[in-house]
Amino acid sequence: MDLRDTPDEAQFRSELCAWLEANVPDELRGHRGGESRYTDDAVRTWSRSLYEAGYIGLTWPKEYGGGGKPYSYQAIFLEELARAEAPQHLGVIGLGMAGPTIIACGTEAHKARYLQPLLSAHEIWCQGFSEPDAGSDLSAVRTSARLEDGHFVIDGQKVWSSYAHIADWCILLTRSDPESQRHAGLTYLIVDMKAPGVEVRPLRQITGEAEFNEIFFSGVEVPVENVLGEIGGGWQVAMTTLLHERGTLGFALVAALEVMISKLVGLARDRGASPVQRDAIAREWIELQAVRYTALRSLSALMKTGIPGPEGSILKQQWSEAAQRVTKLALELLGPDAQLLGENAPYGGYWQHMQLRSRGNTIEAGTTEVLRNIIAERVLGLPRSR
Amino acid sequence: MDFAFTPEQEELRAQARDFLTMHPEPSWQELADLGWTGVSVAEEHGGAGLGFLEEAILFEEMGRALTHAPYWSTVAVVLPALPPDLQGEVARGEASWALATGPLLADLDSVTRIAVPGGDSIWELEGAAREVLQTNDVTRPLGVVSGGEYGRVLASSELMPQLRTRSLAALALEACGVGARALELAIDYAKERHQFGKPIGTYQAISHPLAQTLMEVELGRSLALFAAWCIAVGDERGPIAAVSAKALCADAAVAACERSIQVHGGIGFTWEHVLHRLYKRALWIQAWEASGAQLRSEVAAYLLDGEGGE
Repeated sequence: MDLRDTPDEAQFRSELCAWLEANVPDELRGHRGGESRYTDDAVRTWSRSLYEAGYIGLTWPKEYGGGGKPYSYQAIFLEELARAEAPQHLGVIGLGMAGPTIIACGTEAHKARYLQPLLSAHEIWCQGFSEPDAGSDLSAVRTSARLEDGHFVIDGQKVWSSYAHIADWCILLTRSDPESQRHAGLTYLIVDMKAPGVEVRPLRQITGEAEFNEIFFSGVEVPVENVLGEIGGGWQVAMTTLLHERGTLGFALVAALEVMISKLVGLARDRGASPVQRDAIAREWIELQAVRYTALRSLSALMKTGIPGPEGSILKQQWSEAAQRVTKLALELLGPDAQLLGENAPYGGYWQHMQLRSRGNTIEAGTTEVLRNIIAERVLGLPRSR
Repeated sequence: MDFAFTPEQEELRAQARDFLTMHPEPSWQELADLGWTGVSVAEEHGGAGLGFLEEAILFEEMGRALTHAPYWSTVAVVLPALPPDLQGEVARGEASWALATGPLLADLDSVTRIAVPGGDSIWELEGAAREVLQTNDVTRPLGVVSGGEYGRVLASSELMPQLRTRSLAALALEACGVGARALELAIDYAKERHQFGKPIGTYQAISHPLAQTLMEVELGRSLALFAAWCIAVGDERGPIAAVSAKALCADAAVAACERSIQVHGGIGFTWEHVLHRLYKRALWIQAWEASGAQLRSEVAAYLLDGEGGE
């Protein structure tokens, strides 16, 4: 056990910090995400410069344009990126979900075609999993894929799809066998978002922004070579995607929470805090330390096995609930000022935005309730509740 | 960055798990013969020359097993204050110690010697009368001492903060062991106990609180191990980490026991079941030195007053 950076890690970290200091554009520092992260050309330019500096795909194999480095480098990158309050690479879905799935389940042709433009932010990916009647119960997907003359024809609707309105490609979970039930008969496809019959409608959310979308597919033709894994074996491929969604996310979440809690401490120093509020702030800081070292423990496990473990579910759940508590605590410290928006909002409206946004944290990427089922069944070994 | 134990450390844990399960009330000499009382004592004084990480494994395992022995009192709290010859006695199993920091002392039923801070030194207290008091957790009785006089100077009292850090971190680690075992008992019971025709662990009213307990216990364990690592390598974050870990882990262990008792239903409320003994150790740990709220007020002062930590 040694929780310090190795000499190589320390050198990587210090070079990264210097690079971020010199290269994060001022207008993007403290960028809150939200809608503007899609529309801002500056974010795309920033994503490319991250790629050109060699910081994207750090752990991916070198033959696919990655850095071939251990996972600890990715952890350091995500940590320092969050600390610098620099925006993430635009290809979050590609980097965290589509890319790892293509590496694990794709053909050599898939890898050669898709991975490099994904890393360089020249092509953006979105995810087509959830449907109006298939949320936590993903196995209820109905979007149909009919095999006709060497291609699939897609009809159906997907929802809650971030980045769909700017995406070039979609990882789509479909039902290819209309007679099948639940986990059987599903096929995982790579779909061209510019193909005829694809329609994207943005959904406005609680913050007033439109970060995610509905996608409608009407007779969309997809070549059969765009299947990832086996025809009818889509469920296993989808599970690979979700494992990576939660598995590699931990460090970014911890670092984002660290930034938020240091702002909370600053707020309490600026405005004062009652003894009860001081106790709550200390509690959040203590739990942050616990989450941080849990992320490190799960990183050590990941570096041994190469597969994200169920600890990712613990981190995601803890982070999401902490984000909700911390932002609410901040609103309490702000008092009536917390109700102001626009120019009059204290701290540029940061806390108002983050508090509303945090309500989505316990829903997106696996609801808290689903994550508890996962922990109960896969970690504790309790019988399935369904 | 590496958060994994070495194979030797894992072997120590396996050895401790086996031995302590068979021997819940080991003699001090048995612990010395296993090499555990001298884990961190230098080899030239009869110890193993290892460090706090190895001791951390033993604290955790002794918490899990509810070991009745003055290991925490001696090794966590007093050992670094002892001169080499007295450390050698501990390593050989000839002496065990408690530190008198307040009116109540722990393990007074079993320790052979007593240390006490006074002025700028930590002294041996000689010839004091002892009274062991009835205590909720019978595996770690409290007592009081009266009279006696200062004997040999053991160390400078400047060592007191370091001893406190070790004491809090070790209690946090014990709490991790207690909480993990209470959770395991609940999981086993939820799998085998059937009601309404199904194992009760099928119901989310049972499984979700247990999932929550796992998270709390594992989060606490990460922080306790971090504190242990800080102490082992002399990292400056050790004191605040130990304060934080004790606050978090003691509360997590108490909650784990309470949820486990609830999941067990009536059987968890009986004297025959081990749960009440785990619960009483968790409550003991929570109560010792400073409550969660007191420790958090230290953290709040560190964060919000003066120069501030982060």
